[in-house]
Amino acid sequence: MSQVADTVEATAETGEEFDGLRLRGVTKDFATFTAVDDLDLDVPRGSFFALLGPSGCGKTTTLRMVAGLETPTSGTITLAGQDITHDRPYRRPVNTVFQSYALFPHLDVFENVAFGLRRRRQRDVKGPVNEMLELVELTSQARKKPAQLSGGQQQRVALARALINKPEVLLLDEPLGALDLKLRRAMQLELKRIQTEVGLTFVHVTHDQEEAMTMADTVAVMNKGVIEQLGAPDQLYENPESTFVANFLGQSNLIEGRVRSRAADVVTVDMHGIDVSVPAARAHADGELGWVGIRPEKVLIGDEGEALDAPGNTIPGGVVTDVSFYGVSTQYLVRMPWGQELQVFEQNTGRRRLFRHGDRVELSWRPEYAFLLDHHQDASAGAQQGAEE
Amino acid sequence: MIGRWLRERIVLILGLVVLVYTFVPIAIVVAMSFNIPPSRNVYAFDRFTLDNWAHPCIGAEGMCESLGVSIQIGLLATLGATVLGTLAAFALVRHDFVGRSSTNLLIFLPMASPEIVMGSSLLALFVSAGFAGQLGFWTILVAHIMFCLSFVVVTVRARLAGMDDTLEQAAMDLYATPTETFWRVTFPLVFPGILGAALLSFSLSFDDFIVTNLNAGQTTTFPMYVWGVEGKGVPMAVNVVGTLMFLVSIVIVVGGELNNRRRARALA
Repeated sequence: MSQVADTVEATAETGEEFDGLRLRGVTKDFATFTAVDDLDLDVPRGSFFALLGPSGCGKTTTLRMVAGLETPTSGTITLAGQDITHDRPYRRPVNTVFQSYALFPHLDVFENVAFGLRRRRQRDVKGPVNEMLELVELTSQARKKPAQLSGGQQQRVALARALINKPEVLLLDEPLGALDLKLRRAMQLELKRIQTEVGLTFVHVTHDQEEAMTMADTVAVMNKGVIEQLGAPDQLYENPESTFVANFLGQSNLIEGRVRSRAADVVTVDMHGIDVSVPAARAHADGELGWVGIRPEKVLIGDEGEALDAPGNTIPGGVVTDVSFYGVSTQYLVRMPWGQELQVFEQNTGRRRLFRHGDRVELSWRPEYAFLLDHHQDASAGAQQGAEE
Repeated sequence: MIGRWLRERIVLILGLVVLVYTFVPIAIVVAMSFNIPPSRNVYAFDRFTLDNWAHPCIGAEGMCESLGVSIQIGLLATLGATVLGTLAAFALVRHDFVGRSSTNLLIFLPMASPEIVMGSSLLALFVSAGFAGQLGFWTILVAHIMFCLSFVVVTVRARLAGMDDTLEQAAMDLYATPTETFWRVTFPLVFPGILGAALLSFSLSFDDFIVTNLNAGQTTTFPMYVWGVEGKGVPMAVNVVGTLMFLVSIVIVVGGELNNRRRARALA
């Protein structure tokens, strides 16, 4: 998975040979704020790329600039080596699936899908349209008007209408946002299948971290007009480089700590009087202070003095303050001696007992799962937004 | 017993009474179109005839000429007002320019001002501009376009404002040039509004008496003709025209309603 990110960096240096979508120094200023701030981005050809971020982070503006519906204040956008920054939208080999679908209400499904081909004066319209309708399983609905279709069907018409033009890049602006959860999951798989089948470059904008992680090869997490971190989903999740990514993508426990020593491969941090170690490759803080991060499912919980399978970091003195039983897992809140409550997810494998409110416990985790973040960053950055959406 | 019976049906009865009240004048017009009056000055039903329908222009001197003038002015005024008003509506909805909000306000004024004021000020304008001797067809047309314009702008603007502008973005995204976007997407979607505005314009123009009368010079429109012959006895053929006008409006309204229902059924 991390290969994709590596290729991104490799091709970024070679310059002209890059045949995907490239943004360089792209900035978009609106009257009162900067939506996108000096953005550099490379989307390799044929990849499924997700721009993930909370509402107002600039992801949709970025997409609209690629589509030509907004003009960047500065910077360049190139596609397969060609500068398209100022090309009119109808001159770009780029198509968009709009959040509202924007299907033409006066045209039937067939004509909606045929729209792009007809505008480009293509001879054979019927064949490709029928093929496309088959791909999205709407053949029987061809003569219906968009208003007669369900949300999921409309979404597939919007997709077919864009895909049929075989664009260099297909832009998807929160295309699943209007669907209910079950349908959304089904469409995620469907989109992924279609992308693999047609092999086009997809750029998918979403605020749903689960959606981004399940579908995309590469995810760019955007916040306040800049990209916080870019990489394969597992890489972003396992090794976040900022508190925003740590909180927006899943949940994290962030504990204040003071760096005691830095060796070649390991950083030792004094965390409220307890020494914990963090692999050097996962330490993203230069200063003396930092946030030690650990995902709740990586934290093990046990009785005081119980030997847990996590050599290295053991933190005694916890008290269970909240227990939420989910069936497959249990979520604990544990108050630590320094007053902070940490989250622990434990799978209900049946091999371990359930802890109760007020139980005295010990927490521990394997050092290789911990990460260290810059203390200047807000420990709660991205947490609210991630939880809300 | 009767009290209760009445209470349960009072709304229905009142409704029927109002309907009758509305339709009695129309029924009389239709009836009179088949009438031979006892004498020229007595407007009463006497004997049944089809002559009025067979030869409406005979015996009603000048009526058919005035009808022709009214239809011509109506069609031209509709064309002029619809084109200008649609363009104005697009400008008001789609473009931000200095004076947009005051224009939005000013466009309402002709609808709000009394016709007699509008008519006399138009007359004053024409006269002071040196058209005193040329009052007639063209001054009527100018006046009609003027007062229809506001109605067109208001109708089309409402339709345009309700339109999702991502549809146009989607068209552009799908390789449609601005011209193609307009004719393939914008225009078909705004067309019902434009059509409604055109129908409204025609009926406003055809119907108008006050403004027309003040600016007509020697030209006579149909409403002016009816007004003029009123003292000498109205020829029954006027009722034929009235009945026809009523039938045309009914056909348009019922047709529109049927079309809507068909569409609603298709959507259901």
